[in-house]
Amino acid sequence: MTIAIPSALKVETRTKVSSISLFVAFAVLALGLAAPFLVSRGAVQDLFFILTMLVLAQSWNLLAGYAGLISVGQQVFVGFGAYAMFGAVILLGVDPLLAILIAGLLSVLLAIPTAFFTFRLYGPYFAIGTWVVAEVVRLLFAQWKALGGGTGTSLPREAVRDMVGVSLLRDLFGMKPAQASDAITYWLALMLAAATIGFIYRLLRSKQGLGLAAVRDNEQAARAVGVDARRMKALVYLATAFLTGLAGALIYAQKARISPDAAFSVTDWTAYVIFIVVIGGIGTVEGPILGVILFFLLQNFMADYGSWYLLMLGLAGILVMLFAPRGLWGAFSDRTGIQLFPVRRTLIGGPSIHQGGSSHG
Amino acid sequence: MTLLQLDGVSKRFGALTVAEAISFSVGEGEALGIIGPNGAGKSTLFNLINGTIAADSGTVRFAGTDVTRTPPMARCLAGMGRTFQIPQPFEKLTVFENLLVAGSFGARRSEADAYDRCAEILHDTGLIDKANVPAGGLTLLQRKRLELARALATEPRLLLLDEIAGGLTEGECLSLVATIRAIHVKGVAVIWIEHVLHALTSVVERLLVLNFGRVIGIGAPAEIMASREVKEIYLGIEI
Ligand SMILES: Nc1ncnc2c1ncn2[C@@H]1O[C@H](COP(=O)(O)OP(=O)(O)O)[C@@H](O)[C@H]1O
Ligand SMILES: [Mg+2]
Repeated sequence: MTIAIPSALKVETRTKVSSISLFVAFAVLALGLAAPFLVSRGAVQDLFFILTMLVLAQSWNLLAGYAGLISVGQQVFVGFGAYAMFGAVILLGVDPLLAILIAGLLSVLLAIPTAFFTFRLYGPYFAIGTWVVAEVVRLLFAQWKALGGGTGTSLPREAVRDMVGVSLLRDLFGMKPAQASDAITYWLALMLAAATIGFIYRLLRSKQGLGLAAVRDNEQAARAVGVDARRMKALVYLATAFLTGLAGALIYAQKARISPDAAFSVTDWTAYVIFIVVIGGIGTVEGPILGVILFFLLQNFMADYGSWYLLMLGLAGILVMLFAPRGLWGAFSDRTGIQLFPVRRTLIGGPSIHQGGSSHG
Repeated sequence: MTLLQLDGVSKRFGALTVAEAISFSVGEGEALGIIGPNGAGKSTLFNLINGTIAADSGTVRFAGTDVTRTPPMARCLAGMGRTFQIPQPFEKLTVFENLLVAGSFGARRSEADAYDRCAEILHDTGLIDKANVPAGGLTLLQRKRLELARALATEPRLLLLDEIAGGLTEGECLSLVATIRAIHVKGVAVIWIEHVLHALTSVVERLLVLNFGRVIGIGAPAEIMASREVKEIYLGIEI
């Protein structure tokens, strides 16, 4: 008997685990929203750090793990976003919250000429190119005297105190201004992280995401079957510039003090971020989430060891790269087949189709 | 009507001339076979036709427009599908997803609109029971079938096949020939590079012989196989 084409053909991406993880994600989000009322101010600041690093890591993962653009210059968008926000607040008197949004949009504008320059370069030259651009922009901002030049400047105290929502929190819950502004930046970080993951996951499950995965696996073949690889990479680059710029502005709205060396730090905003993605698992949505938690724990655990700390981070990174090249989440997922954010399109229907295969990269 | 036309297409890699003033044309729905020794420039000719590499001089026209400077992505959308001699699967995607990329981007459809057709092609090419397996885990023969299936999913007007019959058993080869014939009967033009001559000549209407980047003969298979130059090149090769 020949088996005809299954008439009840179905394509699925959801799995049992992913339905549960969607539920868990909403529970975590709800709990996260309540955190400022449940935990200390120090804990809220720790959570803020984790969430903003998560946004940076998800962005870099999309850029490097999916679009194959290994940038070591993403700190340019952190620093530029932060300075754009400071400029809008200090020079134009804009509310910090609105200034953060403006900073994100301006980062996209910066990404256009940056892409024009760096997209002419391939592989390692692209990486070097992104770093050179970041250094040039840092040096330019160090010249900007109105924003403190090389030594930097602070956000005016009243700008933070009068930020949208601070007085509301004070009246409703009796929070002190500093505590209220911490809560607000934390909530923004929570929303930004949730929106970033939601956006990336939606993208990966769309037709464009499929094209992106094809470009990642084999660019030449992707072009031959009609995928516009260049356009796709450019759009990912612009999207990550927006997310990274927003995160940078938000980080420095919370710090309320900026300097070019800190805001354009390659260690803080790119090296740590790459570490998070690599130990967690590049090319997965779950990897950066696991990675940022491990990074936070390592950082706290080894805070007392001074410069040994960097050495230990490097060692941990090398060990993971040697023994679990797809990161800890990748190793776990390969072994168990569990994916919290599945993107695989499984063809179902007809007796001749086996269920097979492990996970996507 | 002429579908593909090459005029004086040349390409050099350093001192090596891999295509020298190549001119020929393929009509709508025609099947042309290409033969020639290893290193003759056959695969390079495909790269020039679909734009993977740019010609140094000469023009390539497809469906009435000059595509000499058009990137491969746009040539695919215009109706050129190709296989690679060395298979180039999307390794981390499943076989079905490999086809979905081609069936949605190459054929300009939404992803959901491509499902049925991709499943049908998997069925026709004997890959349906591998649908949900990552392409990185396929054997060489399965990878070659995937090359064909993926090219078909782009719904081409011209299909470029690069040595997809090598290493097949007699039975497999017959079923491959049947598959390609069925595609050809539907009106798809085919250019097929192949060393398995009996398979090739049972499908194509004309043969082109390439040697050292030059066209040394083009015509009816019987005529070409009888010519002195071809016999010299293929001395010792059974027909
Ligand atoms: N990208 C390249 N750079 C340099 N030489 C190449 C390249 N591609 C092919 N060649 C050379 O061109 C010649 C023709 O190769 P090819 O077209 O693959 O031959 P065929 O498919 O007929 O066996 C060979 O000598 C090969 O080594
Ligand atoms: Mg070849």
